Amino acid sequence: MKRGHGALYAGPVTVWLTVFFIAPLLVILAYSFMTRGVHGGVRLPLALDAYAALANRVFVKVTVSTLMIALATTGLTLALSLPTAYFIARSRRREALLLLVIIPFWTNFLIRIYAWIAILGNNGFLNTLLLHTGITSEHVQFLYRRSAVILVLVYTELPFAILPLYATIEKFDFTLLEAARDLGAGKAQAHLRVLLPNIRSGITTAVLFTFIPAFGAYAVPQLVGGTDSMMLGTIVARELTVTRNWPLASSISMVLTVLTTAGVVLFVRANRSATEQARQAAMAQRAEALGA
Amino acid sequence: MHICPGAAPHAAHGRAAVKGSAVRVDGVTRRFGAFTAVSDVSLEIRAGEFFSLLGPSGCGKTTLLRMIAGLEHPDTGRVFLDGRDVTAVPPNKRPVNTVFQSYALFPHLTVFENVAFSLRLRHAPESEVRRTVEEYLGLVKLLDQAAKLPALLSGGQKQRVAIARALVNQPGVLLLDEPLSALDAKLRQHMLIELDAIHDEVGITFIYVTHDQEEAISVSDRLAVMNEGVVQQVGTPSQVYESPANLFVAQFIGESNLLRGRVSGVQDGFAAVDVAGLGAVTVERDKPLAGGDRVTVTIRPEKIRIGRERPEGLKPGCNVLQGVVDEVIYTGFQSKYFVRVGAETLLRVFRQHVTYAAEGPALAWREQAFLWWDPEDGYVVEVER
Repeated sequence: MKRGHGALYAGPVTVWLTVFFIAPLLVILAYSFMTRGVHGGVRLPLALDAYAALANRVFVKVTVSTLMIALATTGLTLALSLPTAYFIARSRRREALLLLVIIPFWTNFLIRIYAWIAILGNNGFLNTLLLHTGITSEHVQFLYRRSAVILVLVYTELPFAILPLYATIEKFDFTLLEAARDLGAGKAQAHLRVLLPNIRSGITTAVLFTFIPAFGAYAVPQLVGGTDSMMLGTIVARELTVTRNWPLASSISMVLTVLTTAGVVLFVRANRSATEQARQAAMAQRAEALGA
Repeated sequence: MHICPGAAPHAAHGRAAVKGSAVRVDGVTRRFGAFTAVSDVSLEIRAGEFFSLLGPSGCGKTTLLRMIAGLEHPDTGRVFLDGRDVTAVPPNKRPVNTVFQSYALFPHLTVFENVAFSLRLRHAPESEVRRTVEEYLGLVKLLDQAAKLPALLSGGQKQRVAIARALVNQPGVLLLDEPLSALDAKLRQHMLIELDAIHDEVGITFIYVTHDQEEAISVSDRLAVMNEGVVQQVGTPSQVYESPANLFVAQFIGESNLLRGRVSGVQDGFAAVDVAGLGAVTVERDKPLAGGDRVTVTIRPEKIRIGRERPEGLKPGCNVLQGVVDEVIYTGFQSKYFVRVGAETLLRVFRQHVTYAAEGPALAWREQAFLWWDPEDGYVVEVER
């Protein structure tokens, strides 16, 4: 690429992101520092009311709960998608299996959530099955609790974790596992010490792709969650549409954005420094060995 | 047969005490679907030996090696290490290490940590790890590359790391799977000499898989020639070269002239073979032969002498043929002559260039030539009755 052409190539994306991402973000930032309108909307003067309103126990509780749900979702999704991606990458029918992962996207997101309601509801498939087979005598409350939110979130995020993991595992040289076994590693050790470090980039992507949408989830907790599974996304929507406190909705959004960004930066940095540390440790060892 | 005996540069390390293990493979078969990669192979490899598995690609040599490593399971048959049946022992529990064809260095670890891998697995103390890794990096002359990641190394350097990594655990057997195939010819020669020196120094058993007959012949104590999953011949390099057990071995190792004919007479240790267009050829009778057998005879091109004049004072029984030079290829240290004898036979003759005075002027294209060789240098490699 010739020098100076970079700006030209990146131009369209830059314009797009400025107009549709940065500008709205600035609008929300501005709203969060304004006074609420009587029937929604915002008005002057500038005020800190929206942020002052965050200093209450309910908001802190919801923030912590959101974080817990997002972390649990990320952990479970990773635990399920890693073996799945591994299996697909090693299979002879990769194309068919990948298609199976992608097929759910052909159905609307909301419809898939309603399908879960049909499965988990008190008169849903699962309860009917349990009652008919006599495993339980009363219906089990699956829906409208935190576990349901996590379950459906894991379900919706799975493909976003499986695909990047598959992409890195597929490039992984499996002779390395044989080499590790040959050098004395058990099966688990070989995977832990050789596979995982070499698919780190896929794991990072999968974690980010799962955590970020889960942290900002709105539809899922709204539809399958209950009082114990309020998430920040849910209360943003409530402040916007029911209570009509737009500055508060904006300030909560800002908190969400800041927390997500901070989380991502910390995670990526920790990830990078782990690699860096290993390298530096080796260098130090080497320097010491030379000195001795 | 060692290329450079006493060339071990680190003899002071005292690893000579490490003894290699004997390997015995007993009736081993391995199939992949309908394809039989290794078919009922039995081999005895002595402790400390440099043993090669030689054969064309797909002959099963790598599969056999992987079964010794434990990376592949035989369908039938057993593998023994020092008399202990290890057929069911997983690779991480076998005192055997492998140098992989693609090196298989861990890309996320430095050279130092690659070599330290097996020591760290068994939680060796830090001081021992450092001392041992440095000792083996010294052995392969890579101490100054210890902090680099494998991606920054050249092919030859990667190869050395792989060797050091496989040796650091002091295995009883080192398995080498076409270790030099990714290197260029010059480097290959050099690494081969170094491998031999390393073998002399560490004193353990080396099992070396290669499709390159020159590599196998030049470094091995003994070798097994394989084809289509079956061992064709086991022997020292000179046995395999000088008295090939069958047609495949004769053709695969070195160059050969093949003559087909019918046994016309048998006397003492020799047999007369009638070859169409050539007449009778006398060969050594190293196999039971009877008159009328259809046989294939092989004669190495360097065993045939060539000259302008009919040779005199030859031993009785010596084969002498007359022909016309069809082609001469001058390769510096030798000339390759292709001599037409009779209507349908083209014999290859290699003539070493020693001194001009000893040989006289070279024969030229279309010149009449006499060819002669001792009957002991002709071998029957195939008999049909």
